[in-house]
Amino acid sequence: MKKPSTPAPAPKGTVFINARLIDPASARDEPGGVLVHDGLIADLGGHLRRNAPDGTDVVDCQGHVLCPGLIDCQVFTGDPGQEHRETLKTASFAAAAGGVTTIVCMPDTEPVIDQVALVDYVQRRARERAIVNVHIMGAVTKGLKGEELAEIGLLQRAGAVAFTNGKSSIASTRVMRNALLYSKDFGALIVHHTEDPYLTPGAAMNSGEVATRLGLPSVHRMAEVIVVERDVRLVEITGGRYHAATLSCRESLDVIRAAKAKKLPVSCGVSINHLTLNENDIGPYRTFFRIRPPLRAEEDRAAMVRGIASGDIDVIVSSHDPQDADDKRRPFAEAADGAIGLETLLPAALRLFHSDEVGLMSLLRALTINPAKLLGLKSGRLDKGAPADLTLFDLNTPWVVDRDLLRSRSKNSPFDEQRIQGRVLRTVVAGETVYQYGVDLRT
Amino acid sequence: MTSLDKASFYFPKRHLLTCEGLSAREINSLLDLADKAADQNRQINKKREILRGRTLINLFFENSTRTQASFELAGKRLGADVMNMNVSTSSVQKGESLIDTAMTLNAMRPDMIVVRHHAAGAVELLSQKVDCSVINAGDGAHEHPTQALLDALTIRRAKGRVAGLTVAICGDILHSRVARSNIYVLNALGARVRLVAPSTLLPTGIERLGAEVYTDMWKGIAGCDIVMMLRLQRERMQGNYVPSTREYYHFFGLDQEKLALAKPDALIMHPGPMNRGVEIASPIADHSRSVIRDQVEMGVAVRMAVLEALALNLPNH
Repeated sequence: MKKPSTPAPAPKGTVFINARLIDPASARDEPGGVLVHDGLIADLGGHLRRNAPDGTDVVDCQGHVLCPGLIDCQVFTGDPGQEHRETLKTASFAAAAGGVTTIVCMPDTEPVIDQVALVDYVQRRARERAIVNVHIMGAVTKGLKGEELAEIGLLQRAGAVAFTNGKSSIASTRVMRNALLYSKDFGALIVHHTEDPYLTPGAAMNSGEVATRLGLPSVHRMAEVIVVERDVRLVEITGGRYHAATLSCRESLDVIRAAKAKKLPVSCGVSINHLTLNENDIGPYRTFFRIRPPLRAEEDRAAMVRGIASGDIDVIVSSHDPQDADDKRRPFAEAADGAIGLETLLPAALRLFHSDEVGLMSLLRALTINPAKLLGLKSGRLDKGAPADLTLFDLNTPWVVDRDLLRSRSKNSPFDEQRIQGRVLRTVVAGETVYQYGVDLRT
Repeated sequence: MTSLDKASFYFPKRHLLTCEGLSAREINSLLDLADKAADQNRQINKKREILRGRTLINLFFENSTRTQASFELAGKRLGADVMNMNVSTSSVQKGESLIDTAMTLNAMRPDMIVVRHHAAGAVELLSQKVDCSVINAGDGAHEHPTQALLDALTIRRAKGRVAGLTVAICGDILHSRVARSNIYVLNALGARVRLVAPSTLLPTGIERLGAEVYTDMWKGIAGCDIVMMLRLQRERMQGNYVPSTREYYHFFGLDQEKLALAKPDALIMHPGPMNRGVEIASPIADHSRSVIRDQVEMGVAVRMAVLEALALNLPNH
């Protein structure tokens, strides 16, 4: 990897000086520096703001924000099976450009990641090709069919960090109960997509006046609340660890909040899309805004934002879901669901900071330490001995998204042509710079 | 050569995709033009030359007898070359995408394309990819603009006005593009719109489009000037939305008893094709106040007016 300073004999690591250090895990927000050695954080603090230890490579952060590398715990790729949409390699380039140092890949692939051999395969491919950390969320049921449990124990031993039924909700209450009950023995986390499988089929968007005007089949937001409520009751009787993957309305959050108040082992996430967009963005049938769960009303978006500000929502995910042009350039009701989001995750989230809706610390907490804790990762914090996964970003620079310049293999970005503010300047994974703004590091 | 009155005519549009946002002036311009076309259609020589040299493609992804025939006749009576694209024999069946179909047809340099598609928004999508004028002949549950215009023309000719009338639209509102287009046109022209249906066949928030909602037909029809019945698809009567044909007919079928609650001179309308004995009693369909066949006649006239109006805005007219 290229180093910016003159080659010294056996450098004692790299030091990032003159940074604004923000670390939600320790509530740190101060000028300082970080010393990286052997892929780990060796030292950090105000004493490194201007003074680089002898014999180190120096990176001057010029006062920009240096925080733990972002962790995105919901990323769909097409690897294996749908490589024309996205590979682990292209997803990792997009992640690096977005300041994301760890991605958690969902098991919705062909074949579905429901066997140990497939976890091994994906991990090997990631080691060979990906430039950021890749973790795998295993399938909780075989083939994601929601009928028979997958080998949760063996998958976990192989490295799966959590278990999910991917883009579908488990319809059978019995199967869901058993998944929570059985996974509890392994301390495994069940991450669930929450849309009632009987109310949802065929729906292209959120029900309400917009859907009625567009004449589109729609689903009510209560279809989500119904599943969340059921799941929380099952947590109550099983004690299994549960995470609602992507909430999208106030009522669902009320259910999770009440469950947390009862000390149940539950948590929840929200996608960046549901924090920054609403159903009106669909306008004249713009299919890039067709996602799951569907974009809701403005009041729901506002409730999600308040949930991040209050900490009731634990994590923000990109829900990066690459779809090729042929599947998106269709009539809205027949177009594929999904939006890419890795590369725009941070600047889109910063919209909430610039609009004074959420503080920087709360935003970054949901993108770093919270997902790390949820999945049991050592990263996501600025701490001596932690992995040197770092993101350096400029808080303010405005730019306009051009989907053709995004690194993802698919271009279905709902932020295309939108003005956003804040830019990732450098992404560091295990001490190595994997992305630097304006510099082509690909060799 | 053209029959329009240049002083009052106003329809500055390239496509006709939706009725949402059409003004009373735009609608009346089309209806005035259609009035003249209707008179012309009753002559022995029905043919004019306004669209001579123009090519009109009827692109129907969904089966339709009357709408397709109506557009075909409208185009021919104005002198256009009309081609009907039959989906069952087209490459769409071989997996070609809607956009590829649009680009292929566009390369044949048509002046106008009339499109019907089973998905809402498909016609809008297609219009973005072609250079010619596009007319929506029905897209999913979204809109069917020429149906609403011909309904307005039928009402205007029978009643002398649309403003101030109360129109009850009854039946499957949820899946109906006809209902949505009618709500917009009737509101623009100053009519009061009522919607009558069981709750399972009413979309969320439909009242926000400008209508009063009734789930009791006896109340919904009381005192109205127009009873507009909608077709109920057979597959929707078998327990999914309503329990049975018999129950639906009892509560929402138009029979003599319910019709008696409307004004004594109330008109009976139906966009067709009718299910006699399901949403409408057979004698009612043939009632002296039924204007169902007038609707079909006005359909050709309205489509002629739409083609003529859009042709005026085509390049190099």
